[in-house]
Amino acid sequence: MTAPLVVFFVLAALAVIGAVSLILQKHPIHSALSLIVVMVALAGLYLLLGAEFVAAVQIIVYGGAIMVLFVFVIMLLNAGVEEHTNLSKMAGAPGLLLVVALAGFVAATIAKSAESVHAAPQTGELASTLGISNMIFKDFVYPFELTSFLILVAVLGATVLAQREKS
Amino acid sequence: MTSFLSSNAELVITVVKIALLLFIVLTVNAYLTWFERKVVAHMQSRWGPHRVGPHGLLQPLADGLKFLFKEDPTPAGADKFVYYLAPLLALALALTSIALIPFGPEPLPWKFYGKAIYLGIVSPDVNIGILALFAITAMGVYGVALAGWSSNSKYPLLGGLRSSAQMISYELALTMSVVGVLLMAGSFNLKQIIEAQAHHPERGIFGWNVWPQILGFFCFFVAAVAETNRVPFDLPEAESELVAGFHTEYASFKFAMFFIAEYTSMITVSCLCSILFFGGWLSPFPASWTFTHYLPSVILIPFGLWVILDGFRYETMFGRIILPGVGTAIAGLGAVFVLLPNVNEFIQAPFWLLSKIFVFLFVYVWMRGTLPRFRYDQLMAFGWKLLLPLSIVNVIVTSFVILARMTWGAK
Repeated sequence: MTAPLVVFFVLAALAVIGAVSLILQKHPIHSALSLIVVMVALAGLYLLLGAEFVAAVQIIVYGGAIMVLFVFVIMLLNAGVEEHTNLSKMAGAPGLLLVVALAGFVAATIAKSAESVHAAPQTGELASTLGISNMIFKDFVYPFELTSFLILVAVLGATVLAQREKS
Repeated sequence: MTSFLSSNAELVITVVKIALLLFIVLTVNAYLTWFERKVVAHMQSRWGPHRVGPHGLLQPLADGLKFLFKEDPTPAGADKFVYYLAPLLALALALTSIALIPFGPEPLPWKFYGKAIYLGIVSPDVNIGILALFAITAMGVYGVALAGWSSNSKYPLLGGLRSSAQMISYELALTMSVVGVLLMAGSFNLKQIIEAQAHHPERGIFGWNVWPQILGFFCFFVAAVAETNRVPFDLPEAESELVAGFHTEYASFKFAMFFIAEYTSMITVSCLCSILFFGGWLSPFPASWTFTHYLPSVILIPFGLWVILDGFRYETMFGRIILPGVGTAIAGLGAVFVLLPNVNEFIQAPFWLLSKIFVFLFVYVWMRGTLPRFRYDQLMAFGWKLLLPLSIVNVIVTSFVILARMTWGAK
């Protein structure tokens, strides 16, 4: 095995273990920590594909900002171990079925397109900072601006909700 | 053996460099505590540490030993895994960020099995240098926040909450304030950011980013101090309110790990300030003033002689032996630079970078000796209502100036 392949399998294993542990952990903080492991492992995979910028942004935005907010809220509310109601226990059985179905679907898709997966080129120029900025600010500038507008609306909504009690 | 070395030269170089850098950073950290205590003491008309060794120079060693031998209790009801993970995370991330700093533009004059040896662990050509640094800083919050949460104690929890809120707030300003510099350099690469400040070698100090980016520098430095939890932003460990904040329940070497992490991030921030705004390894003098290349010797030789003289007058026998020895070594180093022009040429870049880092470390200590702590609401208002808008204004103004220059062609 070549070195990048070893790194790939280590990172992939980390991501999968993190994702499983995210679901199985009892305490919300432990789940949040598992999610951080998944995020960082994904960033490593992006780096392996040559997408340096995306990898860094993945850690800064998801690993840093968003997960810090999660952890902050869990700490602030001092959320303890999750309580299970009868309904949430019952949800396990159909959930398992869905997991099997989804896994089968994904496996079938990969098996079908195995050759095109192998032939996938390194991201290269397109994933460089220049390539991404060209895409965001030239080719897809209107969808990008629309998305920023959507986020602005969400921010305004949050502000209004937070100030509701004053009026 | 030889075949192993030649086929894995890159790996061997990296491992040796990591070990060396670890040793240097940890030693510098230890003496930074000595420096801080000494400087703050003199600012407050005290002597500071001066019992252990001449001028207290062995105090860091005594402190380190003390950390190793202290009892290390774990609080009842603590979340064991997270409690042990937090200091590890804090220290590991702080040390990783140092690995991304380039300390000089040129590789060492000799090669190791055909591989160039650069100063700094990664080669200076990492394209996302500054972004990777921000990524590591962004993860740095977890050490403090998790330590506060996992201790199962109210003061650490409050400290952890404060630090998460503080770091989220100031990270925005920190990142935005650098955008101006990135726009001027057109790159995330730390080496290219420095080289962009050398476009006019004859301008020397006036070519640095700090002049056009003075607003950005102000925002960056303030936000960076807040990110490192140092005075006046040390609310997560405000000792008058929270005992010792997030690390109240940590003793022995686990506490030392937080301590080392904090001092290491101080060094990283000083490196970043020098690189982004103060020309990194560039000399402040115009490039044609070659006589300034003797400055390292001009500083080192008199300083060494002064240490020798001071040593002869020192009160203890130990000091009278050690200090002249140290002074001779320093003066000797200065003499080597005078006598070997090649070596002198090579150390110019690292010399300037290290001098600038030293100045910023002094500013850190100076602030600690001078400024009172912020109140929590002041801290939030300062970050969100002043720093963030200022750094956004800086980005907009810089982009317009660059756009205007591109359009009307000032040069």
